[in-house]
Amino acid sequence: MAKGVLVDITRCMGCKACQVACKQWNDLPSKNPEFTDGLTSPPDMDGYNYTIVRIEVVEDKKNNDYTIRSAKRQCMHCEHPACASACFAKALQRDPKTGAVVYYPHLCVGCRYCMLACPFDIPKYEWDKQFPLVAKCQFCFDPEGKYDRLGYGLAPACVDTCPTGALKFGEKDDLLKEAWNRINSDPKYLKHVMGEKEAGGTSWLYISDVPFTTFGFRPNLGTNPLPEYSHNFLKWTPIIAVGWGTLLTVMYHYTKRREQVASESNKDVPM
Amino acid sequence: MSENKGLLTEIMEYKWKFTMTTTRKVLLMLAGLGIACMIFRLATGLGLATNLNDKWPWGLWIGFDVLTGVALAGGGYGTALIVHVLHRGKYHAIARSAMLTSLLGYLLVMAGLFMDIGQWFNFWRPFVSWGHTSVLFEVFWCVSCYTTVQVLEFGEVITEKVGTKYHNVFKKALPVLMIVGIIFPTLHQSSLGALYLIMVDKLYPLWWSPFLGLFFLMSSFFVGPAMICVETGLAGRAFKHEVPIHVLRGLVRIAGCFMVLYLALKLYDLANRGVFNLVFKGNLEGNLFLLELLLGVIIPIFIAFSGMSNTRKGLITFGVLVSGGLIFNRMNVVFTGMSAALGGWYFPSVMEWAVSIGLVAIGVLAYCFIAENFNIMGHDEHHHNAAA
Repeated sequence: MAKGVLVDITRCMGCKACQVACKQWNDLPSKNPEFTDGLTSPPDMDGYNYTIVRIEVVEDKKNNDYTIRSAKRQCMHCEHPACASACFAKALQRDPKTGAVVYYPHLCVGCRYCMLACPFDIPKYEWDKQFPLVAKCQFCFDPEGKYDRLGYGLAPACVDTCPTGALKFGEKDDLLKEAWNRINSDPKYLKHVMGEKEAGGTSWLYISDVPFTTFGFRPNLGTNPLPEYSHNFLKWTPIIAVGWGTLLTVMYHYTKRREQVASESNKDVPM
Repeated sequence: MSENKGLLTEIMEYKWKFTMTTTRKVLLMLAGLGIACMIFRLATGLGLATNLNDKWPWGLWIGFDVLTGVALAGGGYGTALIVHVLHRGKYHAIARSAMLTSLLGYLLVMAGLFMDIGQWFNFWRPFVSWGHTSVLFEVFWCVSCYTTVQVLEFGEVITEKVGTKYHNVFKKALPVLMIVGIIFPTLHQSSLGALYLIMVDKLYPLWWSPFLGLFFLMSSFFVGPAMICVETGLAGRAFKHEVPIHVLRGLVRIAGCFMVLYLALKLYDLANRGVFNLVFKGNLEGNLFLLELLLGVIIPIFIAFSGMSNTRKGLITFGVLVSGGLIFNRMNVVFTGMSAALGGWYFPSVMEWAVSIGLVAIGVLAYCFIAENFNIMGHDEHHHNAAA
């Protein structure tokens, strides 16, 4: 069964231990922190950061006060990943066993269509390199073994290191049940599990007491699996190729014959 | 010409011409600058040479060189359809120049695409690793195959002068090449638009549409005659070869019919999706959408079906408006329609401009060189003489 992680935003204290663990496990280069707007650093995921903790100030209208909320962002590992369907070289593939959407660098051409296709804006690029690659969270799954945790039955590095239980690793179906249990047993939660239906469902699920758009989720996320949009177009390709080809061949011979007849009888036959 | 001479000696001994003019000197300089920037980009990567970033992974090279370039080169398959499949003989005069523009257009698109991909040594990967669920996969295969087909089609023109012993082979293969060379563009012109179907959450609803592929296909078809008007206007002056007005007018009217269809489908689609009110919302997207339709479709339709298309001035105006409108449309899809969703900032860097302009300059120079050395313009007379 597909694995998942439940992110409970109300339990996150914004310590960024997950961000550090991710860098360490995946051998990602470190850099001096940059704070452009608030406590989030770096401001967004990039070619060397698979995950960031977004720390945001939220207005608490009931008590006329402000409160701070933080949420870890990373690849959602969609059940029907738009990025994988958009890749024309199969450099992104979903592992059916774990549900991890994995990047295979040796297949990548570098067209960056995945970055535009992703509804969560996750894939990033190593812009400063001569031969740049795409960077995104691999769910700590590595078919080659070096960076693998999921394959050994371990939780991802970020979940393993989380001190507050804001991240919980498990079977996706169980986590979804738990998410709704938590929501229904405490009125502070919004009645919405981010990732249950968005883009056709994702392996990472979020529950929160403040709107998800606070942390950069698009407000207009649809629930249709995005690969369907491409499929509904591409399915016509063989029909058009064969049908159009036949029609053109017929037209070619018909109009040619017509031209011949016209020149033989020396009359102008209008089309 | 002797049959026994080797192909190489024949090429060496052929009297190649290239007249130097001031315009061509300027073009050569621009081409040189573009090539220098291309080498710099390949040596250093995308970060230094371009302003592309994580929020704007696609920029000028994809928007202009690829999406617009392929559409503007659409005159080739449209002409092949009208002249070589439907045998409308009176348009023979423009067939070769239209198809030459198309061939050069596609070669430049390939060059632009090559500049844009990060792992350019890996460009062949989709030939063996089939990501067939991707619309880009269809674009990649069709554009590659179609460019090959066009080179072969052009073989018929080249072998009139050089490598003459192969001329009959090319001539015999031509009908098949023409038909295959219409199927591929039909598929990839539409799939270029369909690339954006998956960005349903991102592309502004005035441009995102389930018919996006059809819109791209139709506009690439009707921009063909417009490009021919512009091109024959320019080449007519440079090479003293005027295409008769009634030939151009006929083409413009065919384009006009398709533009009426296009407009009707656009309006139906907007109403059908319930986003018609967005057109007159007065925001940036709405205004640019309105401008795009007004200048690029509605006014040209009036020109096409009024007396204005009887004059060279009217035809040129039609050509400029429709081609400009198509460029505007593609830019709106790539930039205007995406800007609200992507956020951040992007404006092409000096080097991005230099490469794009350089590629266009190379195309114009190549066109001039080929038109001077091969039978492109005067092909109409040649056709009639041969038939007589």
